[in-house]
Amino acid sequence: MKLCRRFPMKLQQKMFSSKTTIDPQEIALFEKLTANWWDSQGPLKPLHAMNTLRVPLVRNGLINQGVVSKENIYSCTPLKGLSILDVGCGGGILSEALARLGAQVTGIDANPSAIDLAKHHALKNNLSINYLFTSIEEHAMENIEKYDAITASEVIEHVTNKEPFLDACVECLKPSGSMFMTTMNKTIFTEVFAIYAAENIFDLIPKGTHQIEKCIEPEQLQRILEKNYLQTKEIRGMFYNFLTNEWCWCLPTWISYSLHAVKPKERGRFLQKQLIK
Amino acid sequence: MIISKLIKINNSSALHRLKYKNLNFIRCFSDEAGSHFDIVIAGGGMVGTTLACTLGKNKTLNNKKILLLEASVNKPWIKSDKYSNRVVSLNPGTHKLFEDNGAWAFIEQHRFHIVKRLEVSDALSETSITFGKSEHTDTISYMVENDLVLEAAKNEAQKCNNLKILYGAKVKNYVLPDYHSDVSNIELENGEKFTCDLLLGCDGYNSSVRKAMQVDYVSWNHNQMGVVATLKFSNKFDNEIAFQRFLPTGPVALLPLTDELSSLVWSTTPQEAKRLLGISEEEFVAEINKAVCGPWKQSSTVLQATSAFDTLLRALNCSRDHSRKRPPKIESVEPGSRAAFPYGFGHASQYIRKGAALVGDAAHRIHPLAGQGVNLGFGDVACLNKVLGEAVYSGSTLSDLNHLKDYESARQKHNVPTMLAVEGLHRLYNTDFAPVVLLRGLGLQATHALEPLKKIIMAQGAV
Repeated sequence: MKLCRRFPMKLQQKMFSSKTTIDPQEIALFEKLTANWWDSQGPLKPLHAMNTLRVPLVRNGLINQGVVSKENIYSCTPLKGLSILDVGCGGGILSEALARLGAQVTGIDANPSAIDLAKHHALKNNLSINYLFTSIEEHAMENIEKYDAITASEVIEHVTNKEPFLDACVECLKPSGSMFMTTMNKTIFTEVFAIYAAENIFDLIPKGTHQIEKCIEPEQLQRILEKNYLQTKEIRGMFYNFLTNEWCWCLPTWISYSLHAVKPKERGRFLQKQLIK
Repeated sequence: MIISKLIKINNSSALHRLKYKNLNFIRCFSDEAGSHFDIVIAGGGMVGTTLACTLGKNKTLNNKKILLLEASVNKPWIKSDKYSNRVVSLNPGTHKLFEDNGAWAFIEQHRFHIVKRLEVSDALSETSITFGKSEHTDTISYMVENDLVLEAAKNEAQKCNNLKILYGAKVKNYVLPDYHSDVSNIELENGEKFTCDLLLGCDGYNSSVRKAMQVDYVSWNHNQMGVVATLKFSNKFDNEIAFQRFLPTGPVALLPLTDELSSLVWSTTPQEAKRLLGISEEEFVAEINKAVCGPWKQSSTVLQATSAFDTLLRALNCSRDHSRKRPPKIESVEPGSRAAFPYGFGHASQYIRKGAALVGDAAHRIHPLAGQGVNLGFGDVACLNKVLGEAVYSGSTLSDLNHLKDYESARQKHNVPTMLAVEGLHRLYNTDFAPVVLLRGLGLQATHALEPLKKIIMAQGAV
């Protein structure tokens, strides 16, 4: 079996609807990373290390929302029976961790070689994860209100049209489902440390990975989600120590932050929109 | 730099495809043979067996298959009235570990003895220090026989459904994961093969796992041996004080076992140890009484200076604890309880590697003068159990270095200062050079007078 089927860029664009939020340049960048995706000391090592924060974020977030049954809370599979959609799953670093906690994970990504790699890696590790090469807009058409949680970790800063992307995510979410995101703030600190220094001086991440224009402030993100009637539960700052390759929570959201928002319980989004009309 | 990296990435993709195929093949093969385990623990001694039962009882690890490999055969434990000459002093941290994993209940059912006070003195300067309140209300440590600790842990380990214990398993070689694989391969001398995600080396100071890990290891032999024996006092009393006296040849310690028995750990030169094992029981008892209480050639200058300093400390009302007891006279030695073993120092600069970690004596070995050796090992067990539990609860794989390094840094932060302190004490007391004797005497007195400092020392030794 050929592991990395490389799709021509034009074909890729054709495959998605015209309204897609996928940026072909971003896909090209991540294609180059595919080979070293699962090397925990390789170019994506900050993402591997980030699991120590983002997996507990999802796990504790769902436990605190009361969707985890009591007997599962302290077991080895606390997320058993919950369906999670990992948007922009890439090689599956986060998807696999969530699957190991018992969740039924669906991972979608617009990078076909990353999806191939993810499928292969999951098979090797005996994990059943449903990886799909698709866009969130396409996926949302057939999966309305299907997931208990949606994660979009380090994804939104690669999306140009954020509103339609988030709208589609919210559509897939069950009532009282949780949306978890981690991304970078649009600040001078991000521009100097996380983008310029990390890419050019310390060679931590490949050049051109991030653009400051595409980053988004937490307030902005919150506003878009609240337009979709999602209630923000928590915004926390995250700090990466590149010397020790460790992440920790911190108060300021100057560089990286996480966000947890919850969809209202009873009424679906469409119903609410109609009520307002 | 970046361009070269990208070229490297592209070139290696072909290699990767090959790698995954091979790995898949190995994985399938091993799964068919039913010999893949999530965790393999090498070494079923006190620390290894305790680690096995602690991990086996960890709720967040109960979907993991664990294998414990022990080279010796499974010797059934026979309860006997006679005390074993090998005893350990378990500190409160270790006691908590055993309460948590359930093994303490077994020890409690059988026998243990609580040490409530510790008196350490220097034969050359007659200075001393005590730990624990004079009212005997503190619990400093629990004296338990090695066999009993092992049996208690084994007993609990057998209750774990996800744990398999293999006795008589002599390991031929370990192959740790390299860049191209994620599993360790273990081959036994009888040809049996196992693979695992995480290999834990609890195989003592001559650890083969450590050798396979190829970590830097600093070690030297102390020119000392420990003579152990079970001693009987002439009368029954509240035997709650552990005595330790530093002689120029090494410390001699009496550790309470019952109201009339104490365990002896006498560290001395190899020649002297050999002689002590050879002499008759009566001569041996006389030697011990002399070592524990007998007079020693002391320098008058040192005595004058230390007694002046003592007067000063008393005048300043620094120390409130002046009661000092002498150990009672020893009447006899239990027949056949005499034995000797060598001492050494060892330190592995790294405790972890991809897919492997070192625990207990495999990672660190110290002089037993503070009774800390095995407690450091049990501290490793408690820490590793917590770290692995958290790793799995965070969806990580067991071999994830991002979590394992928490174990390494937490333990080295505790172990290295303890080891250096113990090694320092050993060197400080291993001389009869008068200026050093004077300084260490004054230092001991000052430490005794400074309660906060004593509390820090106690806290370091208690976990």
